Amino acid sequence: MSTRPTGTFTPAPGAAPVLRQLVTQAGMEARLMLRNGEQLLIAVVIPVIVLIGAVRGAERVGLDLDGRPIDVLTPGVLALAVMSTAFTSLAIATGFERRYGVLKRLGTAPLSRATLLGGKVVALVLVQVIQFVVIGGVGLALGWSGPDGVGACLAIVLAALAGTAAFASLGMLLAGSLRAEATLAAANLVYLLLLAGGAVILPADVYGGLGDVVRWLPSGALGEAMRAACESTVAVRDLVVLAAWAGLGSALTARTFKWE
Amino acid sequence: MRYGDRTAVDGLSFEVEAHTITAVLGPNGAGKTTTLETCEGYRRAQAGTVRVLGLDPVRERRALLPRIGVMLQSGGAWSGARAEEMLQHFARLHAHPLDTDLLMERLALHECGRTPYRRLSGGQQQRLGLALALVGRPELVFVDEPTAGLDPQIRRAVWDLLEELRTDGVTVVLTTHYLEEAERLADKVHILDQGRLVASGSPLELTRGGTVATIRLVVTQPFPEGSPEALARALGAGTELRILDPLSLQLSGPADGSTLATVAAWCADHDVLPESLSLGQRNLEDVFLELTGREDFA
Repeated sequence: MSTRPTGTFTPAPGAAPVLRQLVTQAGMEARLMLRNGEQLLIAVVIPVIVLIGAVRGAERVGLDLDGRPIDVLTPGVLALAVMSTAFTSLAIATGFERRYGVLKRLGTAPLSRATLLGGKVVALVLVQVIQFVVIGGVGLALGWSGPDGVGACLAIVLAALAGTAAFASLGMLLAGSLRAEATLAAANLVYLLLLAGGAVILPADVYGGLGDVVRWLPSGALGEAMRAACESTVAVRDLVVLAAWAGLGSALTARTFKWE
Repeated sequence: MRYGDRTAVDGLSFEVEAHTITAVLGPNGAGKTTTLETCEGYRRAQAGTVRVLGLDPVRERRALLPRIGVMLQSGGAWSGARAEEMLQHFARLHAHPLDTDLLMERLALHECGRTPYRRLSGGQQQRLGLALALVGRPELVFVDEPTAGLDPQIRRAVWDLLEELRTDGVTVVLTTHYLEEAERLADKVHILDQGRLVASGSPLELTRGGTVATIRLVVTQPFPEGSPEALARALGAGTELRILDPLSLQLSGPADGSTLATVAAWCADHDVLPESLSLGQRNLEDVFLELTGREDFA
């Protein structure tokens, strides 16, 4: 090799350091998510509409909540925001990455699967930070009393991470086994069903006898964990339920995920 | 390699020498892409051994990937990512990437750098695919049909680029169904047909036909009834006649100093005015036709 003239294309192969790859990958995924109109709609616009609508509705109907509607509903909508990004957006984006051969193409780059997944997780967290700022801001404007000190903030982060792990693993399961169009339809349908009846926005108690059932759903567990967190309580039971969903979802995804 | 009960590639064996361009040539469905994807580690060979840069492309994929560049036949980018953004992304995944502006310039992509991938033309997407394969400065690149569907000017630019890669010490393995491309670029050509290797060698070795010559004749009026056969007979035993269309034909067979005179005499006898007449050695196209017995390699 040393006898060859050095030219523009003289080989100098090598992978970038993992940290740089992770930042690059996460930045790209987050940018694409924020640039996409539909994704933005489901990540920010719908939760904000749901928050305003639910607060007004609860006041008008006189919904019997354990506390002021805004204080019960804002944590619920934060939970909804986690679900929309970690589940629906991730599933749809990954489904189309499979369909368009992006995953195949990335498979030729010196990027490990762990870094690829890590990039997705960091991107999700970045988008969630934006969601929390917007939704929390709207909540405060509507009179939300906000998280109850530093402990509450840490508990919120914990609930968000556990919810992200559970929903992201389920989103990947969907994206890795169905066609892109079917993933799109299923991810939106599941989102709507859980939004309506999954104890995300409204506490499980409101569901009466069904409350005990929906608390086992990832949506119910995340909603309950988030509501508890805002009052500086770590809801261990709900976090364990989320961890169990994350474990189940990851194990199934690892077995069934098709890269092409 | 089999897909279901169809065997795509069977009993294929070849080696690629470093710092050369190797062309894998064959009609659609010959097994070119399957061969490449097996080398790239996407598929596991069901029998036999594959080593790329001394590594097993499936088991030692992590060690292999930084050293190779891969151009897929299609797709492979986020539909909303801009061309330059996509290339810069791939550059940042590598330790010593090429200058992305230079690469965009060389592949005539600089004008569409801000265009999202889904709005790029087919040819632009293809060139971006080639840029993505090269940006990490690999030792070895696999390019699947690098110039399919490109206009002639850009095709020539891609050829120049591939030749420059070889000069700079990169090994290139490309698939193509353009015979002209293989003939011009490749140091070594492997011809695949229905998953089998039917010939290997340098373009010169493959086309060296001894005293066999090929005559191509195009005329201004349709050939008189029976006249092409008469010409074949006049040229002697062993001459093979193929009528390409009512105005052109191809003959291949033994040739000597009198061959051209025979053709000229036939023209006078049948009152035929040639529009063009060429007599020459075989080219890869002839070799290909002889080997596969097929006229259609597109």
